[in-house]
Amino acid sequence: MLLGPALGVSAVLFAIGVGGVLLRRNAIVIFMCVELMLNGVNLTFIALAQQLGPDGQIIVFFVMAVAAAEAAVGLAVILAVYRHQESVNLQDLNLLRG
Amino acid sequence: MVGGFFWGLAVVAVAGALLCVTRRSPVASALWLVVTMFALAGMYLLLDAQFVAIIQILVYAGAIMVLFLFVIMLLNLGRGPSDMRGWIGRGVALLVGVGLALQLGVTYRAVRAAGFGQQTVAFPLPAGELQRAQEAQGAVGMVAGPLFRQYLIPFEITSVLLLVAIVGAVILAKRKL
Repeated sequence: MLLGPALGVSAVLFAIGVGGVLLRRNAIVIFMCVELMLNGVNLTFIALAQQLGPDGQIIVFFVMAVAAAEAAVGLAVILAVYRHQESVNLQDLNLLRG
Repeated sequence: MVGGFFWGLAVVAVAGALLCVTRRSPVASALWLVVTMFALAGMYLLLDAQFVAIIQILVYAGAIMVLFLFVIMLLNLGRGPSDMRGWIGRGVALLVGVGLALQLGVTYRAVRAAGFGQQTVAFPLPAGELQRAQEAQGAVGMVAGPLFRQYLIPFEITSVLLLVAIVGAVILAKRKL
């Protein structure tokens, strides 16, 4: 019976991802922390799918597809920002600061 | 036995995640995230999700992380000044992370105390239903059946989403169309 441990691990991974988003300033690393959060949620779905039937596993496929789309578009945005600013540090992106 | 394997993989996954968040070099971060994803794939295997485990390695560790590494190397983000926030930011990140983990743990305990872990109304299927479906249809058929019947429209919408993402990425990343 691995439901409890799996839910615990997924909560810890999600919390580490949130902490990473708050800790870092590099846009790419923040992006990787978001992927970490998505992986934590996937683990929850898989653990509950073991109890509730295969629907949870199908949701995981959709999460992966959305993560792939998000990574492609997000990295393209980061590339465009780098071309403009010569930096991916969020502190340097202060165009809208008053 | 299975529990021991699971805890080993859990320790690897959490350690990889912590190192991913705390390493200074983005390349090291990405490689530690790959370690976490492999450990998660092993956990999926132990949770009776063999097909998802393979897809996790192929799509996440294979495709998405290579894309990340590719962009990191394209932008030449090797060694630079640290991008961590100051001590106040680090304290806030630690507090929010620990607080969130505690909150999720407390929620889980409360739900389990209300009878979630036992076979009550919360579980429409009896225990072992997934294993029976797996023996009847195989690990792939068990996922493919509902995916192409019950979830056909979300599946098609996903293909449109991927197309939009590809077009958007090309338009954003290209200098001049």
